Amino acid sequence: MKICGPKCSLCGLIISVWGIVQLVLMGLFFYIHSVALIEDLPLEEEYKTLDAFYTAANSAYNQNAYNCWIAACIYVLTLLLSAQQFYMNSRVTAN
Amino acid sequence: MGSLFRSEEMALCQLFLQSEAAYACVSELGELGLVQFRDLNPVVNAFQRKFVNEVRRCDEMERKLRYLEKEIKKDGIPMLDTGESPEAPQPREMIDLEATFEKLENELREVNQNAEALKRNFLELTELKHILRKTQVFFDEQEGGLNHTTESMTRALITDEVRTAGASMGPVQLGFMEKSIDREDYLPCFVAGVILREKLPAFERMLWRACRGNVFLRQAMIESPLEDPTNGDQVYKSVFIIFFQGDQLKTRVKKICEGFRATLYPCPEAPADRREMAMGVMTRIEDLNTVLGQTQDHRHRVLVAAAKNLKNWFVKVRKIKAIYHTLNLFNLDVTQKCLIAECWVPLLDIETIQLALRRGTERSGSSVPPILNRMQTFENPPTYNRTNKFTKAFQALIDAYGVASYREMNPAPYTIITFPFLFAVMFGDLGHGAIMALFGLWMIRKEKGLAAQKTDNEIWNIFFAGRYIIFLMGAFSMYTGLIYNDIFSKSLNIFGSHWHLSYNKSTVWNNNFLQLSPATSDYEGTPYPFGLDPIWQVATSNKIVFQNAYKMKISIIFGVLHMIFGVIMSWHNHTYFRNRLSLIYEFIPQLVFLLVLFFYMVLLMFIKWNRYEATNAFPMTEACAPSILITFIDMVLFKESKPPGKDCHVYMFWGQSFFQTVFVLIALACIPVMLLGKPIKIMQARKLANEEVQPITGGSSDAEVGGMPNGGGGGHHDEEEMSEIFIHQGIHTIEYVLGSVSHTASYLRLWALSLAHAQLAEVLWTMVLSLGLNKEGWLGGIFLTVVFAFWAVLTVGILVLMEGLSAFLHTLRLHWVEFQSKFYMGQGYAFAPFSFDSIIENGSAAAGETE
Repeated sequence: MKICGPKCSLCGLIISVWGIVQLVLMGLFFYIHSVALIEDLPLEEEYKTLDAFYTAANSAYNQNAYNCWIAACIYVLTLLLSAQQFYMNSRVTAN
Repeated sequence: MGSLFRSEEMALCQLFLQSEAAYACVSELGELGLVQFRDLNPVVNAFQRKFVNEVRRCDEMERKLRYLEKEIKKDGIPMLDTGESPEAPQPREMIDLEATFEKLENELREVNQNAEALKRNFLELTELKHILRKTQVFFDEQEGGLNHTTESMTRALITDEVRTAGASMGPVQLGFMEKSIDREDYLPCFVAGVILREKLPAFERMLWRACRGNVFLRQAMIESPLEDPTNGDQVYKSVFIIFFQGDQLKTRVKKICEGFRATLYPCPEAPADRREMAMGVMTRIEDLNTVLGQTQDHRHRVLVAAAKNLKNWFVKVRKIKAIYHTLNLFNLDVTQKCLIAECWVPLLDIETIQLALRRGTERSGSSVPPILNRMQTFENPPTYNRTNKFTKAFQALIDAYGVASYREMNPAPYTIITFPFLFAVMFGDLGHGAIMALFGLWMIRKEKGLAAQKTDNEIWNIFFAGRYIIFLMGAFSMYTGLIYNDIFSKSLNIFGSHWHLSYNKSTVWNNNFLQLSPATSDYEGTPYPFGLDPIWQVATSNKIVFQNAYKMKISIIFGVLHMIFGVIMSWHNHTYFRNRLSLIYEFIPQLVFLLVLFFYMVLLMFIKWNRYEATNAFPMTEACAPSILITFIDMVLFKESKPPGKDCHVYMFWGQSFFQTVFVLIALACIPVMLLGKPIKIMQARKLANEEVQPITGGSSDAEVGGMPNGGGGGHHDEEEMSEIFIHQGIHTIEYVLGSVSHTASYLRLWALSLAHAQLAEVLWTMVLSLGLNKEGWLGGIFLTVVFAFWAVLTVGILVLMEGLSAFLHTLRLHWVEFQSKFYMGQGYAFAPFSFDSIIENGSAAAGETE
């Protein structure tokens, strides 16, 4: 079945590969609590105690790590989809 | 092989070719593509040349081939393009080719004519078929319909004028008298026809106006489009039928129909006749269809056979034509036995050319070998830089500014490194660099396949031609990205930051702003092993301040080195052209000027970096480090700077004030040397020559003016006015002195663009990707997927493509203006050899444009 054309499937293919690589790595960096990514965490402006901040930050790091990996998994799906589309398209043009 | 540093040495040669061997020899030279012929009869116009007849025949053949190509393309038959180029055929083969093309063209024209006639016939029949079918409906309505429809219709049709003659209505109805007599409600006359659908509203209005509403028009659309036989377009038409009464109206209606180019068809009134006619039409259509199919088949067979050879034929004809064009440039010997040609030849290739000539002679069976004879000339030879697929793009960048003067230093080999490097300084980002490098690498890996599928897409062709530049730019950007520690505006902490936090929990908790001091144990004392310390990534308040100081200095350092390198290149030019005057009175003061002012400033930067440190004892701490820019401005203005802080030293090292004064004085002294040195020397030399009453020869001044390869013929510079020389020198000096100030400042664009790029990348991350990351909960993953795709598209579109283009243009400017102005004349003209490859390439490109 053909949904999108050759250019569209190629675009999907490239973004999927890029997304998988970058999101897996970013997930890893969130998982090891990389300080460089602290600004990308869903945190409050102020916390009452230091411990509260730590727990919030730790859970946010882990949550973001999982979110990144979820997104990476979705990109695996889109990768498969675009690869299939790409294959279909190339077969059509070959005929 | 020749080197890329200077253009090839060229020689003007005279070539004597035997009349019989000339064709074969020129053909061999065309395959070789190393010889540029000169027109030896520029006054003779194109129609008076020797081989004008042959050229005309080739033109005719090309026209036939183009016709064939057009027809083949119309039918969508794929053309076989093997990419190989057959040898130029012998002159006698030309007749065969001509005969083949003639036959093909005639056959095709005949087939086309037949097909057109058949199609016109077919169209008429189809239209008739539709008319019969549609009018059937009208008549059915009329006959089977209720009486009041007809009544109302007739009533509307009868105007006052007609009503007066109402009683004698019968005889007027020409077509179907009997019927109307029989019946109470008579039928008016009618015509039926077919008209283009878009003309119908106008047609209707016209009919109404012209016949004062006395006609009745019914129309129905023909759903399927019909093919116009003349141009093969699909057109939509409508069937109409007009009822009216009277002869006058009839003529009027017919005229209007004619005016609107409607085709009228006879339509029998009786249903039985109509049915019979419809049957006849159907059978005729079927017959026609078979005939048409056979015609199409025949045409297809002819075209498929032609498509196999078409490209080949094109190449052959273009080659023959090119050869005769070239032969037209030659001179005929008095005895008519041999042709004389003049050509520019790269000195290194004379052997190969001799070999090719010998091959040509053997092929033509001539016994007398051609003679290649070197000539002395005062003319400027063309500039020929031998390039390969890697250096070609870089050479194109240089040639876009101006083709190098003959044997001038060619900036291309240095550009191969400096261009991607300066680009990367502005584009420094590991992620963006990687995208660019991967794109370049893909194009390089798929080179052959991509080159084979020629496209007319201009943007793609530009990218593809610059694939090696793109790859190098990307690779260098990855390096500078590592140095700036930027990957999509984030930093990598590979080796572990050399800064450590020494604050305890309560200090951090109670303070909004905290600093890490390099004077304390916060800093290890040794820098991060490679590039920028990743700690700056989280130093939100002074990251930009720190990076600006670093990047500005870096750009000035690179800029000054680049310019000094350019000036040193001019030394190579002066020594090569034995231009002693320019060497002494231009190169040396220029270099000294640049060194004592701007290179000194670069040195100050290194001294500042080395001598001031937070851990040092008081006067040498970071707070006492003077500003380089202020120091430099005060140095030029002979002013004592203010110390940067209380009890700080103004100067960085002992005797700095004295050195600076001396440097500025030296720089100032350089200006009059540049301005007056050379003109005065030339003046003296001329005076001396005049005293000895002989033309200037061999003197240094002559070497200077004669050796400079600017302008056409040699030697005419001797008589250049003294005042002109002074003015030229004045302009050059002012340009250089002011230029070195403005050019140094111009290199600050390296810093500015790099800053802009880093900031834009950061904005994109925080404004787009952060949205996805900041989403709480598990739905964030799905949201992130969408946001990431958006971010990726923007990254490629804005940061890689647009920022890349802007950085590319700035790099190009830095090379053209700031670097090449120091040594490059760029006043040559390019070597345009007679080569079949380029002729065929251009020929197909030109053909592609006209379509």
